Amino acid sequence: MKSLWKKYKQNKLVQGILLLIYISITSLSLFMAQKSVTAFLLLLSSLLLLYFTNFKNLTKWLIAGIVLVFLLPFTASNGDAYQSYMEVATLVGIYISMALGLNIVVGMAGLLDLGFIAFFAVGAYTYGIFATVQASNFMPFGTFPLSGESFWLFILIGCFVAALFGILLGIPVLRVKGDYLAIVTLGFGEIIRIIFNNLDRPVNITNGAMGIPSVTPPRLFGIDFLYPSQFYYIVLVILLFTIFTVRRFEHSKIGRSWKAVRENEIAAQAMGVPLVRTKLMAFAIGASFSGMMGVVFAAKQAFVDPTSFTLLESITILVMVILGGMGSVPGVILGAAVMTILNLQVLTEVTSWLNQLNSTGAFSIPDALSPSKMQRLIFGLLLILFALYRPKGLLPAKNHVYNEKELQEGSAKENKGKQEVMPDHSQIEKAQEV
Amino acid sequence: MSILEVQNLTKKFGGITANQDVSMTVEKNSITAVIGPNGAGKTTYFNMITGVYQPTSGTILLNNEKLNGLKPHEVSKKGIARTFQNIRLFSEMSVLENVLVGMHTHIKAGLIGILFNLPAIRKEEKASEVKAYQLLEYVGLAPLLNEKACNLSYGAQRRLEIARALAAKPTVLLLDEPAAGMNPKETNELTQLIKKMRQEYNLTIILIEHDMKLVMEISEHIVVLDHGEKIAEGKPEHIRNNPKVIEAYLGSGAVQAG
Ligand SMILES: Nc1ncnc2c1ncn2[C@@H]1O[C@H](COP(=O)(O)OP(=O)(O)O)[C@@H](O)[C@H]1O
Ligand SMILES: [Mg+2]
Repeated sequence: MKSLWKKYKQNKLVQGILLLIYISITSLSLFMAQKSVTAFLLLLSSLLLLYFTNFKNLTKWLIAGIVLVFLLPFTASNGDAYQSYMEVATLVGIYISMALGLNIVVGMAGLLDLGFIAFFAVGAYTYGIFATVQASNFMPFGTFPLSGESFWLFILIGCFVAALFGILLGIPVLRVKGDYLAIVTLGFGEIIRIIFNNLDRPVNITNGAMGIPSVTPPRLFGIDFLYPSQFYYIVLVILLFTIFTVRRFEHSKIGRSWKAVRENEIAAQAMGVPLVRTKLMAFAIGASFSGMMGVVFAAKQAFVDPTSFTLLESITILVMVILGGMGSVPGVILGAAVMTILNLQVLTEVTSWLNQLNSTGAFSIPDALSPSKMQRLIFGLLLILFALYRPKGLLPAKNHVYNEKELQEGSAKENKGKQEVMPDHSQIEKAQEV
Repeated sequence: MSILEVQNLTKKFGGITANQDVSMTVEKNSITAVIGPNGAGKTTYFNMITGVYQPTSGTILLNNEKLNGLKPHEVSKKGIARTFQNIRLFSEMSVLENVLVGMHTHIKAGLIGILFNLPAIRKEEKASEVKAYQLLEYVGLAPLLNEKACNLSYGAQRRLEIARALAAKPTVLLLDEPAAGMNPKETNELTQLIKKMRQEYNLTIILIEHDMKLVMEISEHIVVLDHGEKIAEGKPEHIRNNPKVIEAYLGSGAVQAG
């Protein structure tokens, strides 16, 4: 058995064939079945299988692209549950982006932030206010709602406004550390939500607790985006952008300075890393991912109200990061996907299954104990289990492995170059003799 | 020619006076040792020079430029690098990454360049990696480049701290008890490394050290602190026989034991 596993781990061909079989079976069953969550989830998890193959990065991205862009939407489109699957997939994408943003702040820079959902709210309200008549209450010029074409611009605006809020939050907050930072950010998250909740007087900006209804849908080439199956593609593009961005930063001067600050502030500063700037950059970049997704969320729901941005949401995203593996990009992606699916699919499925049992009278369970109401309990249990048995998460963070041979050669080459520039003494002596 | 000029440096922590009017002049390309019993205020002195603490009073001049009020990262940019008594590596990061962080100031890459992975940035990054690797070769840690810093032996961690400090291309290097916890063989290697470094990187080195053999062998100038005050200063042979120093260092009555 073990040797078989070893062979599998080394043989790319076998991996490829198995992956192909797996993807074909799951997508075929998703295509044939009228409504099978299992098939849908199994097809999604083919990406995990893909992650563990030995293929080149480019190959992996290509295969993932084919599965996500064509296979998943196409095979799901055959059943009645098409839109609900796409809704789940869209939300998974939104949460992954946010978790990746929080991962920069918490995982890489080591700043515990319990109010992260605030930046999502800022993005959502930015679009929500201007894509409805709401803005005409306080804007002296312009006609509102803005057209659906403005949505694309608003993704950028949401990104910048959230980054700005990240910096505004950062400036006062960075004087405190550790537990205090957590408390202050928690307060900030709540303050933002309460402000949005109360900003209907004296000037009605956010429409308060009533929320902002009928947000204009995005529009491209005359087509309105109304269904989850359409938003899915918007989210996919932004998600791809976030993953690439995080990857770039992670292995650069900036990512290293985040980690250095996390590991030892005093040593980082002594090495020339500016503390405040580095932390603010983490806050701003992390927040910007959330801001973009906030804009998408507002457009997708066509409705924005403060109840979407509670402390529980901030905690949920934090749990995704911790579960997946703090500082680990693949880990956080997996953590966010698992948590979102657990939340949206598994818990609701189990609930409806229990309800069925209830109605047939086979089994009775009080309403208060229905699994979808025990979300917090389940998160809590998961956290405890992970803290005990897998403190570094599902896929723990790994350091970049540098190619020793390449560096050796580079070093040797440079040394040789130096010697040629500076002739050694024997040559000088010879020259003098001549 | 003097490179670093410290004038009447005083540091008070509430009621404790950790440093009282300590002055010193450091010659360019020299090795200076700061010695004294535990709690004498040596580390505090380093912390003030590197901007970790602001002095209560007094002035620090590097090449006649005032360093007072600068943040630690700004002091580092001016050309002062250091190691720490209680090792402060980035423990979860790899050995090579630790050195790369040391290069922070000299890597030009900005937000946009990194985001778009511009060719110039890629080239700079590759060149930095090679330079970092060369520094590891220099201190003898090259084969451990991908190891986590916390998995290194004690002596190796101390050498990594030196490599990381060198990466910042300093003109003045402060070493806080570099030989602490090293065995005689390691201490000997370290002594050679310090001498070599001074020569090849044209460094001015100031070190805090308890190992008197090392101190006497490599330093040209010694400053002795006791209870926050400078009690003596001078050439090694001068300090070795100074009764005040012997008493402060070994405690009264311990002279015959030493
Ligand atoms: N941050 C601080 N707060 C309060 N007291 C301190 C602080 N840092 C150092 N001290 C005190 O200053 C004195 C000198 O300490 P230190 O400079 O570490 O001595 P040394 O390095 O010579 O052993 C000690 O009494 C120490 O307790
Ligand atoms: Mg000390």
